[in-house]
Amino acid sequence: MQIKKNIAVSETGFVFDPTSGESYSINKVGQEIMAMLKDEKTPQEIRTRMCEQYDIDQASFEKYYYDFTGMLRQFQLIEEDE
Amino acid sequence: MEKQQFERPYIKKLQAGMPSKFGMKPKAEPITHIDDNSVADLIGEFGSPVYVISEKTIRETYKRAHHAFTTRYPKVQFAWSYKTNYLSAVCQVFHQEGSWAEVVSGFEYDKALGNGVKGSQIIFNGPDKTEKDLKKAIENDSLIHIDHFDEMYTILALSENSGKKPKVAIRINMDTGVYPIWDRFGFNYENGDAWDAVNRIMINDKMELIGLHAHIGTYMMSANSYKIAAGKMADLAHGIDKKYGISIKYIDLGGGFASKNTLKGAYYPGSDTAPSFEDYAEAISSGLLNSELDPRKLPTLILETGRALIDDAGYLLGSVIANKRLSSGHRATIVDVGINLLFTSFWYEHEVYPAAPVSDHLEETTIYGPLCMNIDVLRESIAFPLLKKGDHFVIKRIGAYNMTQWMQFITLRPNVVMIDLKGKPHIIREQEVMDNITQQEKLPEHLA
Ligand SMILES: Cc1ncc(COP(=O)(O)O)c(C=O)c1O
Repeated sequence: MQIKKNIAVSETGFVFDPTSGESYSINKVGQEIMAMLKDEKTPQEIRTRMCEQYDIDQASFEKYYYDFTGMLRQFQLIEEDE
Repeated sequence: MEKQQFERPYIKKLQAGMPSKFGMKPKAEPITHIDDNSVADLIGEFGSPVYVISEKTIRETYKRAHHAFTTRYPKVQFAWSYKTNYLSAVCQVFHQEGSWAEVVSGFEYDKALGNGVKGSQIIFNGPDKTEKDLKKAIENDSLIHIDHFDEMYTILALSENSGKKPKVAIRINMDTGVYPIWDRFGFNYENGDAWDAVNRIMINDKMELIGLHAHIGTYMMSANSYKIAAGKMADLAHGIDKKYGISIKYIDLGGGFASKNTLKGAYYPGSDTAPSFEDYAEAISSGLLNSELDPRKLPTLILETGRALIDDAGYLLGSVIANKRLSSGHRATIVDVGINLLFTSFWYEHEVYPAAPVSDHLEETTIYGPLCMNIDVLRESIAFPLLKKGDHFVIKRIGAYNMTQWMQFITLRPNVVMIDLKGKPHIIREQEVMDNITQQEKLPEHLA
């Protein structure tokens, strides 16, 4: 699973999908997760990093993480691995 | 290193041009209390799910409706429509406020008698009144609203053997500009059936024709249809006076006022579109007062308002069981309230509120009930905050029809609680237990 190559994420929290023409707003945590997904980090790596940085336990983060990637999937911003 | 505060990651589509349907309400205001009782305490004490009825709201709503009509028309009588909610405590609040009873079956009739309503203050409607029901109603001087000629002749036959002259009204259906016309009930006004019924009653002289009844439909969004109905009923009453020299004692315009719930598929919320009691009262009183009726002997106006009097007073409290994403990525929340407890979710987009303050972020969500059935959907799509497993929520405006049309299906029915005027909750219907269900069953010997 990775973010589609042509998706642009601005530093001010906007996401633009040139294929569909849709744009999105995203919060800081979401932006950081997207950046790591773009860097092809694994879910485990992302979880470890975020739990070090933020006041959140691993189980809760995992729930929010999968909920978030579910939304990315719904908006068709990610490509599934073949 | 100090850890940063975590905020749930979210991404939200930006809408260009058309604001989203939810654009007007960006935030989910919680309902934390009902009449000074916290939702958490109510669920803690009475379980989840639980129905909660506000006695205060019933009385206030009744008084508003009553005021709207009595300030516009001199003689007004409400009759509580039992089928809307016949829990005894609810009926008694209406009876204490001065309502008569409106019933549509032998069961409801007996329930009204059991609640201490005088026979002469019970209106008996509906197409299915058995001979036994009719006999009882005649004995008790109840107001029998005749639905069809077969019923009329049954009453005639019964009156032969009874010392009493049955007090009857005829139910009339008519064109009020709202379609389809509910012409399956009663006698049609436009095609002359209504006059036919009147003539047969008058010629036989075995019954006393004291009223005219109509119930033009339910959740009627147009106050003007009531004006048309009131005008036609008044014309008929006037015609009866001219032809037979008797004055009809009451005109009963039934129920049907819209509550503030939003119908499925409606673009604007019901709270913006439903006419007020004043709108309906204005339409009906002007229909009656501007008719040919003699102002010195105006008939009483009877109203059988159901949903508009009780919907607001009822709440259904529940808890989140789980959250999931559907294969499309669409968000789904599963709750412990199913359609078995919320029958009206088939036609309303019920408002669902969190019971505690939550983050501002809303996501389009489908709310599913707990039944293992595909049809168990409370809301197809609602802008809803992210509640966690175990969080409480409140479904608003569910007082009408749910506590009568509920189903004992898959689970047992929960407690119903009424909060009194001092804010004290009382159980008015205890949650069901296994025995309530199994004691009705019988096992043939070879299966025991
Ligand atoms: C004869 C009659 N009166 C009153 C009512 C109450 O209607 P509502 O709840 O729409 O006010 C009904 C409901 O269908 C009815 O059939």
